[in-house]
Amino acid sequence: MNQRRSVFIISCLAFGYAFLYIPILSMIVFSFNASKLVTVWDSANSPTLKWYHSLLGNEEILDAAWISLKVAVINASGSVILGTLAGFALARFTQFRGRFTLNAMATAPLVMPEVITGLSLLLLFVAMEQLIGWPAGRGITTMTMSHMTFSMAYVTVVVQSRLATFDTALEEAAMDLGARPLKVFFVITLPIIFPAILSGWLLAFTLSWDDLVISSFTSGPGSSTLPMVVFSKVRLGVSPEINVLATLTIGTVTLIILGVSLWMARKHKLPKPAA
Amino acid sequence: MRRVPLAERFGISGRGLVALLPYLWLMLFFVVPFVIVLKISFADVDLAIPPYTPLVQWTEKNVLAIKLNFNNYEFLFTDKLYINAFLNSIKVAFLSTLLCLIVGYPMAYGIARSKPTTRNFLLLLVILPFWTSLLLRVYAWIGLLKANGVINNVLISVGLIHEPLTMLYTPFAMYVGIVYSYLPFLILPLYANLEKMDWQLLEAAEDLGCKPWQAFYKITLPLSRNGILAGSMLVFIPAVGEFVIPALLGGPNALMIGRILWDEFFSNRAWPVASAVAILLLLLLVPFMMWYQSIQARESAGTR
Repeated sequence: MNQRRSVFIISCLAFGYAFLYIPILSMIVFSFNASKLVTVWDSANSPTLKWYHSLLGNEEILDAAWISLKVAVINASGSVILGTLAGFALARFTQFRGRFTLNAMATAPLVMPEVITGLSLLLLFVAMEQLIGWPAGRGITTMTMSHMTFSMAYVTVVVQSRLATFDTALEEAAMDLGARPLKVFFVITLPIIFPAILSGWLLAFTLSWDDLVISSFTSGPGSSTLPMVVFSKVRLGVSPEINVLATLTIGTVTLIILGVSLWMARKHKLPKPAA
Repeated sequence: MRRVPLAERFGISGRGLVALLPYLWLMLFFVVPFVIVLKISFADVDLAIPPYTPLVQWTEKNVLAIKLNFNNYEFLFTDKLYINAFLNSIKVAFLSTLLCLIVGYPMAYGIARSKPTTRNFLLLLVILPFWTSLLLRVYAWIGLLKANGVINNVLISVGLIHEPLTMLYTPFAMYVGIVYSYLPFLILPLYANLEKMDWQLLEAAEDLGCKPWQAFYKITLPLSRNGILAGSMLVFIPAVGEFVIPALLGGPNALMIGRILWDEFFSNRAWPVASAVAILLLLLLVPFMMWYQSIQARESAGTR
């Protein structure tokens, strides 16, 4: 690359990454701050872990985290099943009735503003309750079903693009050798797309764990999720406990992402045949 | 004789069966809800549970009466608040998309042109914030921007300013929040597009006497058109209906349509009005969504 251009590009990258990471780093630093003023560093008593203790003793936050965890795990598992089926159908069957509709329905939730999805799902649940009496009231069940609807779109895209990079030769060979379609799927296709399914699961989990808007519309009394509790606290101003929560979230996510990408990189390298 | 599987007798092939489950799910939880929203947008606000009047009623003489009420829409078009909120949301989303492009394009370009080993690391750094909670990342900006926040404290201690700047609860804070939150959505599709670029074209252009900026303008920019458009749509469409960022950073006067819908629903319990807002917002966004889909189709077909 041209010298002058590369200086320009490198400064743009530096600025961009500083923009992305300064807010995150500031939350991590101030989570160890002793002062209740959060952003005013109390150098006499800091760093301290006192807000970590107070967060882990906060029943409201812990209860909400438990609800969020349940919703996120069920959601991730359900969306992976639905999303894999949809992604497989879209990538492998070039023609079937309803392909166009399925494709449109599976990608629209990716860009749909959350307020619209949230409102429409709530109105659906209300109408269903009036019509067939189920789901009675709103809570974890309705939230999970709502999360699955938008999470599966992400899984579909991930699985579909993974399948698109593999040609069908292996699957066809297995079919030619007499394997039934179902067996081909479980023995050949599934192991190939497993990394996509794993990242789809993690993505669906994260989307659900973070969701505020759709959960607010579709939750009921006594089923406040973690983002809902955080939102109501943050509206009242900054709180040291939220910095701690952010630090713990960032730490966990970083560990998982690093672990998964290292694992995938190793797996990618291993089967290289000796030249 | 071959036994015909049950599903095939109903005209459903094994292939159809795979697609059937997600198809039905999305029909029930994605398409039907919009029909209900449309229906309720024609209802009247009522002090009942749920708080709207039924559309279809049996009148006394056993006549089925359908009452369509256009008042909600009339209300939205006559009350300046809603029109202004729509226009302002489009303006904010458009400018945020532009700002994302200005910050994100050089980044995507830089990542695509770096060595493969650094490239993966740089990509990971873009993806990482996307995996951590949006809410918490927006919250981080409150701590940075507020009157006794980090930025003001730093500027004062350096001596650049003497009075803290008012940044939080201003349009500026809202733009920062939106650009910050949506930046990865722009960089990733743009990177995916630039990664496939044949850089020898640029070298050829420069050998033939093109200045670097000319080569960029005549080759890189047109060839990355689909990446730019796809990334921009991924920012623009959700940003129009954004709720969390204006609610936390924008202050009480930030007129954004997502926030209006939220308040109509949660504060005023005006479900029919909220539904009408949702329908209008959807009508506004559907052309962009279809545009996005056609860009995606072109991109995956490999044509530019």
